[in-house]
Amino acid sequence: MLLQVKNLNYFYMPGTPFEFRALNKLNLSINKGEFIGLIGRTGSGKTTLVQHFNGLLKPTEGTVIFKGKDIFGTEMINWREIRQKIGLVFQYPEEQLFGETVYEDVAFGPRKLKIEEGIVLEKVKQALSMVNLDFQKVKDRSPFSLSRGEMRRAAIAGVLSMEPEVLVLDEPTAGLDPRGRKHLLARVDSFHKEAGMTIVFVSHNMEEVARLATRLVVMEGGEVVLEGSPGQVFEESEKLLAMGLGVPQVTELMLALKKQGEKVQTDIFTVDKARQEILKMLKEKRGQLC
Amino acid sequence: MLKDFTLGQYYPADSFLHRLDPRMKIVLIFLYVVLIFLVRTFLGFLFIAALTFLLIKSSRIPPRHFLKSLRPVFIIISFTLLLHAFFTPGGEVLIDMGFATVESQGLYTGVFMTLRLILLVITTSLLTLTTSPVALTDGVEYLLSPLKKIGLPAHELAMMMTISLRFIPILIQESEKIMKAQQARGADFSEGNITQRARNMAPLIVPLFVSAFRRADELATAMEVRCYRGGEMRTRLHELKYTRQDFYALAIFILIIIFVLVSRI
Repeated sequence: MLLQVKNLNYFYMPGTPFEFRALNKLNLSINKGEFIGLIGRTGSGKTTLVQHFNGLLKPTEGTVIFKGKDIFGTEMINWREIRQKIGLVFQYPEEQLFGETVYEDVAFGPRKLKIEEGIVLEKVKQALSMVNLDFQKVKDRSPFSLSRGEMRRAAIAGVLSMEPEVLVLDEPTAGLDPRGRKHLLARVDSFHKEAGMTIVFVSHNMEEVARLATRLVVMEGGEVVLEGSPGQVFEESEKLLAMGLGVPQVTELMLALKKQGEKVQTDIFTVDKARQEILKMLKEKRGQLC
Repeated sequence: MLKDFTLGQYYPADSFLHRLDPRMKIVLIFLYVVLIFLVRTFLGFLFIAALTFLLIKSSRIPPRHFLKSLRPVFIIISFTLLLHAFFTPGGEVLIDMGFATVESQGLYTGVFMTLRLILLVITTSLLTLTTSPVALTDGVEYLLSPLKKIGLPAHELAMMMTISLRFIPILIQESEKIMKAQQARGADFSEGNITQRARNMAPLIVPLFVSAFRRADELATAMEVRCYRGGEMRTRLHELKYTRQDFYALAIFILIIIFVLVSRI
């Protein structure tokens, strides 16, 4: 087990009339090489949870264990090391760009790790190529002159350049157009498949996570309410819809078919699978007719 | 999403003081300040302190919030006490340190001024703790509006106040978010000497400025789109209305002032 969250409680502004419980006795474990889709409505506690992974927030109660080490325990923790290993990309990361050039910005993390300048160069090159930005073209440009999609990718490169083992992305596709979204999703998939990173992908959009994730974790009101492979989670589609979460359009189609009395499975979330299932259904029907 | 900030000092609760009209509250607090300067004896201070204590009780706000408001002025208050104690001559010599003496008259005025300052601060926080910033600026606008005749842009001033108050928590939230994001990339805002620290702030300040300007620009556009043209002919969603309570409060307060003036405490 790579990362384990134990009985995590978190309150915003405790002891004031604005007190708000964001996490409620939350337990979660993440294994090496997984691609976790962390799903929940706005305000369900997703962002609060992931900020505990690298100690940006301190739990009110409970703890987080990373590689067998209790990071909120009594042991002294080298936060820089934890934050290098668990890369966290915030929502709208392009709003955190500050460097005079893209190079400066992406090199910020590695330099803070006191890495030699020659190696920093390599890491920046590597990180930019991972997000599909042309190193030669962008390295001397101001990050503010890039397009929004490019800015976001440059900002993600700023985290990748630290070569994290776990990459947490908080709503990375928010505000992107469909093409930029698709493109970014493909890149994230390659971080998982090619670079072998463990990914935690935070989103409120089922459609985009379902196809990539090996495991889905659904949060509601600061608790994990559903957990399992995408197939398992989509078997509970009605529950998801009741929580105000969307399900992929094909899943909705299968649900509608089932409602009309057709014998189809509803744990389907890709067009391919849906096609097979519908063909199967039609074949069976024809069999009856003949 | 809820974050760790409080809008101004406002502490929401349901009390008589919270329900008073903000205009009346501003006027009353102003009179209260005058009252604090009217009293000249310790007995008078005892009276005012008791009155303030009653008001704090009736506001249903935990008293520690009032004490918190004293923290930023602590230095000024202790400075006042020392200054008076050492440099006001008269009366008996209480402590003689050779280069300076503390005399009884000085100590007396020192304590007196200190009490006055403490009461002043606590009294004014009665206003800011029980009135939401929006109500407060509304009140200020109403009270300043007679001065429009001599060219004071009352509405614009109030609008500027509202906007800046509204933006404080947003900017705090934003800087917290950016700080966290840079910390996630290994930034540390508390290490090194002063020049290093100043340089370490760049990853925070630059994005904060960029977003502040963007927000200001967006807000200006949004206001223009809704045909905002300043105060003339503008109607309000929440009209301020005096209630009977407001006049009772005023009447009681005037009686208190008369009492203090007549009894010369």
